[in-house]
Amino acid sequence: MASSNPGSMFIAGGTDLVPNLKRRQFDVPALISLNALPGMRLIDGDGERGVTIGAGVTLDELAHHPALDGAYRALAQACDQVSTPQVRCMGTLGGNLLVDPRCNYYNQTYSWRKAAGFCLKKDGDICLVARSSPRCWAVSSSDSAPVALALDATVTLHGVGGDRRVRAHELYKDDGIDYTTKRADEVIVSVEVPGSEARMTSAYWKLRRRPAFDFPILGVAVALSWDDGMVRAARGALGAVGSRPVEITAFLAPLNGRRPDDALIAEVADAADKPARPLDNTDLSHYWRKRMTRVYIERALREACGVDPLAGRLSAQVKAAAI
Amino acid sequence: MAEAFSVVGKSLTKPDAYAKVSGQTKFADDLSLPRMLFGRILRSPYPHARVLRVDTSAARELPGVLAVLTGDDLPVKFGILPVSQDEEALAREKVRYVGDPIAAVAATDEWIADEALGLIDVQFTELPHAMSIQEALAAQGEPIHGSSNVHKAVALEFGDTDAAMRVAEYVREDTVFFEGNTHLPMEQHAAVAQYAADGKLTLWTSSQTPHYVHRALGKVLELPMSRIRVIATPNGGGFGGKSDIFSHELVAAKFAMATGRPVKITLTREEVFYAHRGRHPVLMKVKTGFTRGGRITAMQFQSFLDGGGYGSYGVASTYYTGALQATTYAIPRYRFEAVRLFTNKPPCGPKRGHGTPQPRFALEIHFDKAAEELGVDPVELRRRNLPAPDSRTVNWLRITSCGLEDCINKVVDGSGFLRRRTSMPKGRGLGFAVSSYLSGAGTAIYWNDMPHSEVQLKLDRNGGVLLLCGAIDIGQGSDHILAAIVAEVLGVALDDIQLSTGDTDLTPIDLGSYSSRVTFMAGNAAKAAAESVRDRLFRAVANALHCDAADLTARDHRIYRSDRPADGLTFAQAVQRAEAQGGVVTGSGSYTPPNLAGPYKGSGVGPSPAYSYSAAVVEVDCDLKTGEVKVPEVWIAHDVGRAINPMLVIGQVEGSVYMALGEALMEEQTFRLGLHKFPSLLEYKSPTALEAPVMHTYLVETIDREGPFGAKEAGQGPLLPVIPAVANAVYDALRIRIDEIPITPEKVLKALNERDRRVGPKSVPTFSFPPLIKAEVPEEWKGK
Amino acid sequence: MSIADKVEVRLRVNGEDTAIMVLPYKTLLEVLREDLGLTGTKHGCELGECSTCGVLVDGKPFLSCLAMPLDLEGREVTTIEGMARGREPHPLQVAFAELGAAQCGYCTPAMLLTAKALLDREPRPSREMIKQALSGVLCRCTGYLKIFEAVELAASRGSDG
Ligand SMILES: Cc1cc2nc3c(=O)[nH]c(=O)nc-3n(C[C@H](O)[C@H](O)[C@H](O)COP(=O)(O)OP(=O)(O)OC[C@H]3O[C@@H](n4cnc5c(N)ncnc54)[C@H](O)[C@@H]3O)c2cc1C
Ligand code: SF4
Ligand code: FES
Ligand code: FES
Repeated sequence: MASSNPGSMFIAGGTDLVPNLKRRQFDVPALISLNALPGMRLIDGDGERGVTIGAGVTLDELAHHPALDGAYRALAQACDQVSTPQVRCMGTLGGNLLVDPRCNYYNQTYSWRKAAGFCLKKDGDICLVARSSPRCWAVSSSDSAPVALALDATVTLHGVGGDRRVRAHELYKDDGIDYTTKRADEVIVSVEVPGSEARMTSAYWKLRRRPAFDFPILGVAVALSWDDGMVRAARGALGAVGSRPVEITAFLAPLNGRRPDDALIAEVADAADKPARPLDNTDLSHYWRKRMTRVYIERALREACGVDPLAGRLSAQVKAAAI
Repeated sequence: MAEAFSVVGKSLTKPDAYAKVSGQTKFADDLSLPRMLFGRILRSPYPHARVLRVDTSAARELPGVLAVLTGDDLPVKFGILPVSQDEEALAREKVRYVGDPIAAVAATDEWIADEALGLIDVQFTELPHAMSIQEALAAQGEPIHGSSNVHKAVALEFGDTDAAMRVAEYVREDTVFFEGNTHLPMEQHAAVAQYAADGKLTLWTSSQTPHYVHRALGKVLELPMSRIRVIATPNGGGFGGKSDIFSHELVAAKFAMATGRPVKITLTREEVFYAHRGRHPVLMKVKTGFTRGGRITAMQFQSFLDGGGYGSYGVASTYYTGALQATTYAIPRYRFEAVRLFTNKPPCGPKRGHGTPQPRFALEIHFDKAAEELGVDPVELRRRNLPAPDSRTVNWLRITSCGLEDCINKVVDGSGFLRRRTSMPKGRGLGFAVSSYLSGAGTAIYWNDMPHSEVQLKLDRNGGVLLLCGAIDIGQGSDHILAAIVAEVLGVALDDIQLSTGDTDLTPIDLGSYSSRVTFMAGNAAKAAAESVRDRLFRAVANALHCDAADLTARDHRIYRSDRPADGLTFAQAVQRAEAQGGVVTGSGSYTPPNLAGPYKGSGVGPSPAYSYSAAVVEVDCDLKTGEVKVPEVWIAHDVGRAINPMLVIGQVEGSVYMALGEALMEEQTFRLGLHKFPSLLEYKSPTALEAPVMHTYLVETIDREGPFGAKEAGQGPLLPVIPAVANAVYDALRIRIDEIPITPEKVLKALNERDRRVGPKSVPTFSFPPLIKAEVPEEWKGK
Repeated sequence: MSIADKVEVRLRVNGEDTAIMVLPYKTLLEVLREDLGLTGTKHGCELGECSTCGVLVDGKPFLSCLAMPLDLEGREVTTIEGMARGREPHPLQVAFAELGAAQCGYCTPAMLLTAKALLDREPRPSREMIKQALSGVLCRCTGYLKIFEAVELAASRGSDG
């Protein structure tokens, strides 16, 4: 259907697409509803075998699903923190993974964008955030995307050329406009998170102004597999600090093979914010968001390690003498 | 003995409650008339530009478009204040902010109207724009209006403040900034206009001030006011944002006249941000002299208001930034200088607390700092400077009842402020502040010597009561207050009263639901109206029972002898008697505030027949690593005079606290590239249910001698102390001073790292205020 | 827009089946208010940012301003007009009226329906659950407290009357 309607778009919950259409961020001749597709609403599996989630499963279902209780808790946490109960009842996992990257010069009405001057992402030829930039820096604002990377999920795509499977981090491109490797005719059918015979824990921390409604201005997803109190392998990714979810797995490597304590977690978190490059195109300042990154990495890691997330050491920002 | 009152003082269900919970209340956008057209407005994409040409020919050609208007179709200027007639329904020569209306289209549906807007070709020449107080003062290019960006400058002095500063034993000065923010009612403004075949114009509009809209329509459309009917629909929230005259109201009316068809214009959420009239950004410098014992000797206050593109209520707002300092504290000598500047932003105006939350914020953090340096606790410093009941302030404001001390005691005791403050865990803190507010402005917006509120009653033979009043319910519960007062006086139940409100054809004048005036003023008018019909009923019943009218009581649907309750008539019988004797039973009542102006120019803003008082303690919980501030608990006491319906008063107090917390922590109206940074409900941060603190509300009743049953206001005052109390609590928690609203996490972290542990403005710009108008001080302050 | 651009939509609203011809890009909000005359459903942004337009779809809170009617065929839509049982208001409606939980009343329809969805799955919710459930509906008047209290009152009285 998509191939016969060039320029048409898929609609699942519509919670990202419809506001964008109303703001005339896309010109779409037709919408193709995915809601009647069979099989897209199933969840199957467990921590050992891995779990396969239909792309049409709603965020609300995922937030409370028993299959995501243990090892994959970060995914439930991420879904549970998306916007509002209303958006979670409508919005789907597939749509969430593909949220159009956001920018507060772009997620505005047509008349606002006209007054401010159109930008590269739609109707214009410069980037208003970084005026000399040849590319768009719109922010990957999905809560589930960094979790998908941290859990090393695989996405199954179905298109005119048949089915293919891509690993989550290969689904994204570092560009605010052309942000996905998914082809226009392809539908995300399902998302598969791998199982593990080792114990696994995961956590997601989201930074935003209000505890409801707001998109992440930073997301931290971490997943740890364990061997008898020792980290076997740590994976992690950041959301909302670039145009795609940003891997921090390499920075978490010092945890591997060790028993994490307060000092080690703080040390690892302190270095792991390096790839975060927030720009001034979301709520609150990018300086502050950058400064918060290591704090939130520490909190997420601590939660995944089963210790009080708020009791960490990364008080670099607050002088000890201050209080 | 029976209770003193049967309706007043009870938390009864308000008359409009069931319509609201069933979705039956008709808001303006819910109205639909046969053949109705939809209007949309083209707005300026430039903050400041000359309009050279508006070509609407292509838009007119579009099928489905019935009419197109430009500024030339509505050339008469208007403005809410007679001194600021600077607005046009559609700009003719110049646009002054992004969002300023230029042209409009009426079409058979909104999509066509929108498409047609895109076909209107406007040619502009851009002018340099000013987006802040500093830029407005420094601007070199063409001023926004007239010959300068200064809209209004005032300078008043009551007694020799310099001399009093010199003898003060401790003087401190603070510079503080309050960022602008907006009302954000959940209902967008909407208006429906109909021009009947007989040439009568009717406008339904979500307005707090139908009377002022009526006047403006008459002026701009050049129609006699008798040919115009304005019906205010229930407001889905107002907070001051719907108390001006708006382009879409005039345009809808003009379209109806042009096409002969009903026309509806509903603003989009983005447009509501442009309609604005919200909180002015204000930069302030406050200097106070104290004795060593903490008594104020003098105060000098300067404010700089960022007014946006038009006058609106700005002249009043300017005075309000200086008016209520002395109703809250006993200040023996006082100087106030203020200037309002035009900037290229949506016009500012009245928002809950009109012009007073900003100085209140400055004053209350200033006092907190002074208390610390004087070595007294912040509560004690306030106690030493309380205003006296039945007194006049140094700037001639008459205080009747004052329950401030009681309010202070309630929140200080309730929160354990003095005890707990010293023993809070890291990152937790308590802050305290106090305030006062008007119960209605003592002067009308346009000069006249007629009443500010009027109520008419008509009684039916079966005992029903029709109550007519120009006031409109904006959610504050004014319908209930009017009905409750009338029911109490007549001894009937709320259900017996049918209200018709806010309809300029049917209802007598009430100036509007602004300035916290309705309970006090329309309440007094309702009481007078009810008393006048009750007197008539009493005469009729006295006649029947052969007794003296003075010996009768009206209660429980009966009118009976006070000494022999069994002797009496039912209410309906009483009405029938009265009607038989004298014809239709009607009565009316009016309220005109006493003349309260002081003997100086500029004394018209600030006087009110009564002031409410509030005190608040706020607890904060700060995240030391992120700078995020949460408010888990608030204690608030409010001197409401008398609570006609305690439940509704508490609702107003809770709503005020909520709105204050939003302003304190997250709401701000900021600009970039010459336009509103994010005019949306997602990016303009309004607190959610998850951020609602535990609130302890204490009502203090001082039974004001001039208020209806002793009542004063409740809708705005309780907002005032909460914002500075948050800032003071953050200081208590972290020893940092955020002298600037909103207190965002980034500012908190910044202050933690600054040498002076403060974020806030360093100075005010140099500005030569006009020569001081030196007023006499009232007798009681002479020699003090 | 000619009739030819319209499509037939079958909806089940408040227990009644309707089939109407509407423009396919109209949202559920517009269809409810403009085509079915159910103006009890309000709007504050039409972009998913306030939930004032909230309705229930198969008992779950939905945003009518983002929902496309064509996608809702075969599902059950409940609006504020469908909340009372005949002339008997829902216990939540009574509690909201009695406690002053509706000030201006504009957020009230969405607030009530969202609370109904909560009580239908959780008859005795804690304060925290109520806050979470209602966190998606903005109210500018009440400060939310009377709303929480009203939900608690309705729950204590038993929401099925
Ligand atoms: C006020 C508000 C706040 C929000 N806050 C958040 C937030 O905090 N965090 C967050 O992550 N999101 C947020 N969102 C965005 C959005 O609601 C969610 O991401 C939601 O999960 C999107 O899912 P959907 O099914 O509604 O997607 P849709 O809107 O239907 O689709 C989104 C995009 O994905 C495509 N698509 C959808 N499903 C598929 C599929 N199976 N295969 C191929 N393409 C597909 C669509 O074509 C479209 O491009 C918010 C939205 C709003 C309006
Ligand atoms: S990052 Fe630049 S190009 Fe991309 S949306 Fe924002 S302003 Fe436009
Ligand atoms: S109207 Fe605001 S979310 Fe639908
Ligand atoms: S009651 Fe007015 S918005 Fe909630």
